[in-house]
Parts: sequence; C-alpha cells; structure tokens
Amino acid sequence: MTAPIEVSKGEAEAHPEDVLKGVGTQAIQGRSLGRIAWLRLKRDRAALGGAVVIALLILLAAFGPFFLQDPNAYHQDLIDPTMQRPKDGFLHSGISWEHWFGVEPTTGRDMLSRIVLGARISLIVAFLATLVSVTIGTVLGVVAGYFGGWVDTVISRAMDVFLAFPLLLFAIALVGVVPDDMLGLRGNGLRVGVLVFVIGFFSWPYIGRIVRGQTLSLREREFVDASRSLGAGHGHVLFKELLPNLLAPIIVYTTLLIPTNILFEAALSFLGVGVIPPMPSWGGMLSLAVPTYQNTPFFMIIPGLAIFVTVMAFNLLGDGLRDALDPRAR
Amino acid sequence: MSSTPLLEVTGLQKHFPVHAGLLRRQVAAVKAVDGVSFSVAKGETLGLVGESGCGKTTTGRMIMRLLDPTAGSITFEGREISRLSQGRMRPLRRDIQMIFQDPYSSLNPRKTVGSIVGAPFHLQDIKTEHGVKRAVQELLELVGLNPEHYNRYPHEFSGGQRQRIGIARTLALKPKLIVADEPVSALDVSIQAQVVNLLEDLQNELGLTYVVIAHDLSVVRHISDRVAVMYLGRMVEIADQADLYTRPQHPYTKALLSAVPVPDPAARKERERIRLTGDVPSPLNPPPGCPFHPRCWKAQPKCATEVPVLSERTPGRSVACHFPED
Repeated sequence: MTAPIEVSKGEAEAHPEDVLKGVGTQAIQGRSLGRIAWLRLKRDRAALGGAVVIALLILLAAFGPFFLQDPNAYHQDLIDPTMQRPKDGFLHSGISWEHWFGVEPTTGRDMLSRIVLGARISLIVAFLATLVSVTIGTVLGVVAGYFGGWVDTVISRAMDVFLAFPLLLFAIALVGVVPDDMLGLRGNGLRVGVLVFVIGFFSWPYIGRIVRGQTLSLREREFVDASRSLGAGHGHVLFKELLPNLLAPIIVYTTLLIPTNILFEAALSFLGVGVIPPMPSWGGMLSLAVPTYQNTPFFMIIPGLAIFVTVMAFNLLGDGLRDALDPRAR
Repeated sequence: MSSTPLLEVTGLQKHFPVHAGLLRRQVAAVKAVDGVSFSVAKGETLGLVGESGCGKTTTGRMIMRLLDPTAGSITFEGREISRLSQGRMRPLRRDIQMIFQDPYSSLNPRKTVGSIVGAPFHLQDIKTEHGVKRAVQELLELVGLNPEHYNRYPHEFSGGQRQRIGIARTLALKPKLIVADEPVSALDVSIQAQVVNLLEDLQNELGLTYVVIAHDLSVVRHISDRVAVMYLGRMVEIADQADLYTRPQHPYTKALLSAVPVPDPAARKERERIRLTGDVPSPLNPPPGCPFHPRCWKAQPKCATEVPVLSERTPGRSVACHFPED
C-alpha cells in the first residue's frame, strides 16, 4: 500500500524558478510526516472501513442506551416455558420487529440493548486499560532507552517480571479479595476499575519494549547531540525531541492493543470476574449462552459476532495506520 | 592570528571502560583518546585529521562536553571547562557550537526548519529584536537558503541544503568557536565545495574559529590554517598547513599524504608512495612505546620501548617521533 502520493496538478507543474522566488507572498507550507501519512491512509479502504465501524460503535455505545429499550426488562411472554427458549423467530432467536437481535432465553431480555450496553463496558475498559498501559509503557520505555545503564536494567527486569506474571489467575484472585467499597468506588464502578488496573498494569511491558527499542536507536541520532550541545536538558530531549519521533509506533501499537484488551475483558467477563450482573458484557453473555447453545445458537452467535467485528475493525485500522506511518516496516 | 589561544586542550584523555563477567567488573579500557594537547587561536582554523577510530570525533565531542573527559583539561577563553557541570556549562554553549557529520540524522525529522533553527533561541532564552521567526529567516538567508522554507520539514531538502540548515542552527547563538565534525564527508563531492566555501565565507564575515575534524586531506588542506594529525588516540604532528603538506616530519603523516590521489599521471609516477602494512592496532591494547612503531618503516628498538613526546622542533611545528623526517 505504498502507491505514490497524489500530487495535485499545480504542484507537479511547479517551476523551479518560481519556487526559488518564493511564488508571491504566500508562505510555503511544508508537508509534515503526519500529513503524508493521512494522504496514504485515505487511500486504504480496509483501514477506512475499520475506522468507520469504530466510529459507529463509539457513537452507539455512547448514545444508544438512551434510545433503546430497557436492557433488564423481562419479556417472559415471548419464552416457551417448557423449552426455556424464545417461541418464535429464526432458530428460536426471538428476532422480531421489537427485538432486532432477538431475546435472551429464559428471561426474554432484549439482546440489542444488551449488546449496545455491553459495547459501552467493553470500550470503556479497553480504552482506559490501553491508556494506562500506553502511558506507563511509553514513559518507562523512553526513560529506559534514553538513560541506559542501571536504569535500563531495573526497568527491563521489571518488564520481564510483569510478562511472566500469571495474569488470568491473578485477575480471578484479585476480584475475590477486593473489598466491596474501595477508593470511593463500589459495585460496577469498582469492577471496571479493577479490570482496567489488571489489564492496563500488566500489558504495559509490550509497548514499553517497543518504545525502549526505538529510543535506543533514536538516541544515537545526531539531532539528540545537537539538542544537547545547544544546552537542552534531559526533559527537553526526552519529550520534545524523542517523543515526537516515537508517536508513530505508539499510535499504531495503541490501535492494535485496544482489540487485545477488548478480548481480554471479554475473557475475564466470561470467567465471571467482569462487571456484576445484571449489567451486560459481551464475555458474560457468551458464558450465559454456553449451557444452551444447542437449543439457542443465536444467543451465542450475537455477542460472538459483536466481539469479532469490533476486534476486526480495530485491527484493520491499526494495520492501515502502520502502513501509512511507516511504509518501510512490513 | 593573535597569541592568546581561544581554546587550549592539554593532556586530554578518554578511556571507555570495558566490563565483563557476571559482576560487570572493569576488565580493560578502550583508550580512544590518550593524552591529546593542542591550542587554537582566535580566528584560525585547526584541521584534525587521522584514520577512522583514531579519536578525532571523541576529541571533538569532549570539547563540546557531550562526553566527559577521563583526564586532562580544556580551557576556553582562559576558563577551565572540562569539569563544569552540565548546568554551569549551559551559558557557555552559546560560545561553543558544533556542526554535525550526517545531515540526515542531525535534524529532527518531526520538526519544521523554523523550529529546528529557532530552537537555540528558546533553549538559551535569547530575546531577538524582531521575534524568533525573523531571526531564523535571516539565518536561513545567511547560509543561502530560501527564508520562505521556514515551514518545511527536513525530508523536503537535499543533503547539502540540510547541512546548511544545520549550519544555520549552529550560527544562531553567534558562537565564537565551532567544532565541525566531518562537516562535508556525508555530502556529494559537488556539494562539498559549496559547503566548505560557505564555512570560509562565514568565518571571514563573523570572525569564527573552527576546529574541523575530517579524514579527507584535501578538504582539510583547503580550509585549515594549521593541521593536527592523530594516530591511535594521540597527536603525532601539528604544523602550519603549508609546512605539513609540503614537508611532513612524522612518518605517519608522510604515509597519509602519499595516499592522497594525484590527478596528474606524470606527477603520479614520480612521487614516492608509501604503503603501510598491517592494521591500526586496537586501542584496547595499544603497542608499547610509539603507537605507530609496528607499522613504521623507520622503527628502531628505541621506538618499541620509549613513548615519543610531542615536542616543538621549530616554532609552531610539533612532532612526536624519535626519528623525524627533515
């Protein structure tokens, strides 16, 4: 996807003499690398499709629950009491004009509004956890790479420890020991906090390693020496000189980390350490569907598809961003 | 040339420790620079030449205090700067600036030319009369670039233009001394002359003093007033440019000069070419005595035991050799 960037007609026909004269009084605008990346990204259909799906999903998660029906209202009139599944609809899904995605077996709760509310939980947890891990990973990675020596040794060994941690077991155990009321949070707020902590605090080493590696090579570039020889302190070099150069890998890795975290949140919810029912979550809905999947396959397909489409969209966007920001890396 | 040196370097050393084993004990040291002394008068250009790995860049970086010297002193305008903290060094950086070797890595690719050349003003908190933008555009004009290119990014320029941008940044603080580390070696030959001439014009216009580090002897000959030759972390010969090129006294200098290509085939036949055998010894384990003796065709037993001292034989002409040429 490295087709040449479109050059507007006027630009292609520019005469060198005009350029030297500065063409009138209009200031010459440079093409920043960000702008070039945007021009490339605009041509990548898959990435744009992913971006559109993500945008729709965010809008839906933010505003959908205000327009949809109550996700916790029971509609037991739609349930066949002997089979414990919706009476009508394709494959006993309960799909109808009132319930586009069908209803839950047993309780008859509306699936569409539960999926939308679940999207909200998934996205909130994934975004916050990614924010936590990207922040920690970037700061520690750039510090380790720039200063080297014992600082690097300490941070790199810390990364090893975090990566070796049995994360799933730790999460399950942590939910068991966290009190009902902590740091002013309770109920689902506290659960979301715990999920963000577990996912965010244990996935920073991945991005930390990438940032450290990039910093190691950037540190040897002469513009760092140039900045230091002008009297710049470490803070200036780290955050004004190095960080702008690390932005591309950080953005790409962030968009690729979000779907991983969505999956991780779904896995934790599936295991019952996510938000507390009746608050819906995609992983929780999947785990509810497991015992009856032969009777009511749709109940399992819907949350599965939701996870699949979301993760796919983020991955397509992330891949597109990587191609656009660094066409050499394949 | 005035008699009080602007920069004086005495006995400068830089040893990089080598660690090994589980406890990371220091087992050896790379003696990158091992006792280098020279002085630069105001307004003159000193060329520092030598093979790759002889310590010329390390010397330059120590003068800039990008590296801390292991031993020795660096005196700038009579003030000892080799032990100053980075904080105390900051105001002095206005007077000592550096031109970097690789114009493709010395400019931050994420910044516009305006913010690269304007950075010195911000970092040193210097107020400019008509604002930073105007000052930057004047600098761009000074180095022969279009001031309208203020908002462009480095990747939109050629190598020669980029080097000019780097020079504009160097000049921003109106330094007294400029350390130029291989200022043209990364450029096309056709562009090299432009940049060398620019450096000379700027020197005449602004009264600059240069320490030019280079391995290209013809560039050094063109730009330098005096030339210092380094070998394996030591100074082997310092002399006026004309003297050094016509009558080299150290065998190493002689060998180095005989390697410069001669464009005239008739003259090429006449001149004596010296082919050095062997490699430069490792600075990890330099030979005892004169560092050059294993490759020197004039070596005597004395050379393997006694280190020759850099001594002034005639005024302005120092050689570190037991048996110098005449």
